[in-house]
Amino acid sequence: MDEVTTVAELPYLLAYVALAVFVIAVIARAVMWARLPMHVRWELYPVAHEPPEKVEHGGSFMEDSEWWKKPRETSATGELKVMIPEILFLVAVKEHNPTLWTRTFPFHFGLYLTIGATALALLAGVISAVAPSALAGGAGELVRWLVLVIGVAGFVLAIIGALGLLHRRLSVRSLRSYSAPADFFNLVFFVVAFGCGLLTFFLVDPDASKAMAFASNLVSFELVAVPGNGMEALLPTASVVLLSLLVAYVPLTHMSHFVGKYFAYHAIRWNDEPNLAGGPQEAKIQALLSQKVSWSADHIKGEGKKTWVDVALENPAVEEDK
Amino acid sequence: MNRRVNLKTFSQGDGPLTHVLPEDQLPLPPPFDKIEEEPPIAPLADDALEKFVALDDTITLNIPKPKNAAEEAKLINAFLSGLRKLFSAADNWTFLQPLLISMEHCARCQTCSESCPIFVESGENELYRPNFRSEVLRRIYYKYIKKASTWTHGDIELNWRTVARLIELSYRCNLCRRCAQTCPMGVDNGLLAREIRKIASQEMGIRLKELHEDGSMLQMKVGSSTGMNSLVLKDNMEFVDEDTSEKTGIEVVTPFDKKGADILLMHNAGEIMAWPENVGAFSLLFNQAGLNWTMSSEAPGYDNINYGVFYDDVQFARVALQHAQIAKKLGVKKIVLGECGHAHKALTVIADRVLTGDMNIPRESALTVMRDIARSGKIKFDKSRNDFPVTLHDPCNVVRLMGIVTPQREVLNAIMPEGRFREMAPHGVKNYCCGGGSGFAIVGGHNFPSWRHHLTGRRKFRQILEAFADEEWGPEHHKYVCAPCSNCKGQMRDIMNFYKANEQGLYYGGLVELMVNAMVDANPGYVDWEWH
Repeated sequence: MDEVTTVAELPYLLAYVALAVFVIAVIARAVMWARLPMHVRWELYPVAHEPPEKVEHGGSFMEDSEWWKKPRETSATGELKVMIPEILFLVAVKEHNPTLWTRTFPFHFGLYLTIGATALALLAGVISAVAPSALAGGAGELVRWLVLVIGVAGFVLAIIGALGLLHRRLSVRSLRSYSAPADFFNLVFFVVAFGCGLLTFFLVDPDASKAMAFASNLVSFELVAVPGNGMEALLPTASVVLLSLLVAYVPLTHMSHFVGKYFAYHAIRWNDEPNLAGGPQEAKIQALLSQKVSWSADHIKGEGKKTWVDVALENPAVEEDK
Repeated sequence: MNRRVNLKTFSQGDGPLTHVLPEDQLPLPPPFDKIEEEPPIAPLADDALEKFVALDDTITLNIPKPKNAAEEAKLINAFLSGLRKLFSAADNWTFLQPLLISMEHCARCQTCSESCPIFVESGENELYRPNFRSEVLRRIYYKYIKKASTWTHGDIELNWRTVARLIELSYRCNLCRRCAQTCPMGVDNGLLAREIRKIASQEMGIRLKELHEDGSMLQMKVGSSTGMNSLVLKDNMEFVDEDTSEKTGIEVVTPFDKKGADILLMHNAGEIMAWPENVGAFSLLFNQAGLNWTMSSEAPGYDNINYGVFYDDVQFARVALQHAQIAKKLGVKKIVLGECGHAHKALTVIADRVLTGDMNIPRESALTVMRDIARSGKIKFDKSRNDFPVTLHDPCNVVRLMGIVTPQREVLNAIMPEGRFREMAPHGVKNYCCGGGSGFAIVGGHNFPSWRHHLTGRRKFRQILEAFADEEWGPEHHKYVCAPCSNCKGQMRDIMNFYKANEQGLYYGGLVELMVNAMVDANPGYVDWEWH
């Protein structure tokens, strides 16, 4: 029997699997986005890494005469000034869709707090395993209370936001008629999983000691059963199961936009890197242009035989007359 | 007919899916605020509705209705074949990453809707919601190419109507990308509209005649989409030089084919035909500033247009290469693009990752050159000659898509008296399209101009009226809309004609004309307020 997975071990195993799926899926998506071929420039201004005096009005290096003769000035700080408020406070939604923001901001900020509380609990587990005395006494208590406060706040905010988003998606025709069943399911999934977590805190783990113990066991691979009977064991187990399923599910859906968004900004909207003569882009461009084209319209007739260079050098207007 | 289009009805029924009626639209500001006096969108002819696929109040592409099941299947299969190629790294390396981001990450939150002037001015007609066509495309892709679950991505019926209407719908977008600016995820509906146009053109041979046969093909055949060959160009430019000399009192000779010049100036050849005063002003200004410059008389070096940027990557690459080859042959140090927005973006930004080696000749906007001239002090300007209200239109391609915002304002500041400039709201990178973007300004089939005036051009016209709200109206009260872009000027001309705006003192023109109008050495009155 020792080698057979028991019910006690199931939440731990699910949590490990979920984390692994999450990490692998996120890395796989990031690699997929990064490996896509270089595309033509398609930037959209303002571009955040332009010097501050240009970002102010959305200007670019192309406002300077003979810009190719000047050293390129870009500002990583400028990007951070846009990225950090955008990630934390969803500034673009606030500016362009304030009604949505009142729902999506608490939802996302709630997620951040939940992730923060989880990370803090796991970190405390690691510290306790490495240096058991470090979190004994007051420091450990403080961390536990922080996990409790941040975790509960995260769950509450995310649930309020998810319910608000769900209500809006159901009640506004232009949202409802564009939504797929999965769009509703996703929000309900968040409400149920986070609701279960919140109930666990309120009903059976008011001081977060069970959550801390679970995190500690998780990082030290001690797959100990959740103590207690009935609801006392069932609610924490159900929470871990639901949250694990959610963690594994998110990166497999379009909710993985947190990965794509990085590329949407850095690889497209802000990708204004000019191709200077003799510069590093030229070899890549030549390789891309040597690929075969299969577009079938009469003015191309690529048929998978001609390269981009071949078709670009053709002049079908003149050939038509022959 | 149910005027409420949705993702289901899009695939159903014959005939137009919707109409925009006068009561759907908001009145314009004074003195054009009597919406009851505005004519409705001109109706389509019955035979056009009989023969071609109809989507709404107008038709652009003349897609014939299939006569039998085989023709229906052919249309659907060709579209799906093109759609597959759109996601191939070899066939669509040019836009694959932006395309995938826009396909995969839309949260269907409709944040983009309010940014679209067509959607808003239509009275929020669902068909023109920027995400509507994107969502149709997405659902077709996921259901019929990826074979993904409709539970996750939504359902859509695919038949010949869906395909034909989607392609027609791709020509209800100005590709201004204002919606992309507002998307929190970076989804770009303008890009998706253009990708649909690409499937239609590159795979199915369906595109606007004005952009293809009369556009890029004619340009590659004779040198210009105006039909002007090299000889006619030289003749026309002689007239332009003569006229400019006579008007300004300064002898102007436009240099041609000067090897080793610093600058190859490339105009939109439409300027030579429709607004010769723009081309003449450039020749005078560049000569007076002592620039070492030239124009090319070799086809298509005298026409900077590149309509491929609106519908077809291959046509785009062909024209860009031909432009670069001419500059290379002349051995110029840089190409300067005249007042033409799409040509700016085409050759400076998009072609940047097409041109390599000795074809990678630096390209620059004329606006920065004009700014440098204004700064240099080589030419004296009398600001009092431009003592009338001026507002500035920001061409999307130059401003939102290239970030060239301040040079044109600096020029205006140098040549106008203080207090006469009226900034539009919003302006700069948040501007609205003139309404002629993505080729619309040159589309004249059926009743398209009427549809354009009511929907795509209305927001810009509204902005112009708001910018001049404190001015007096009437023919004697001159007000100048400065639009440094050929396409935008074409749209300004058409919409101002439609509303007889010249009777209220409105006039449009480029930026360089205002510079010459203020040149101390030139005769006064270059801007003559004559309606063109």
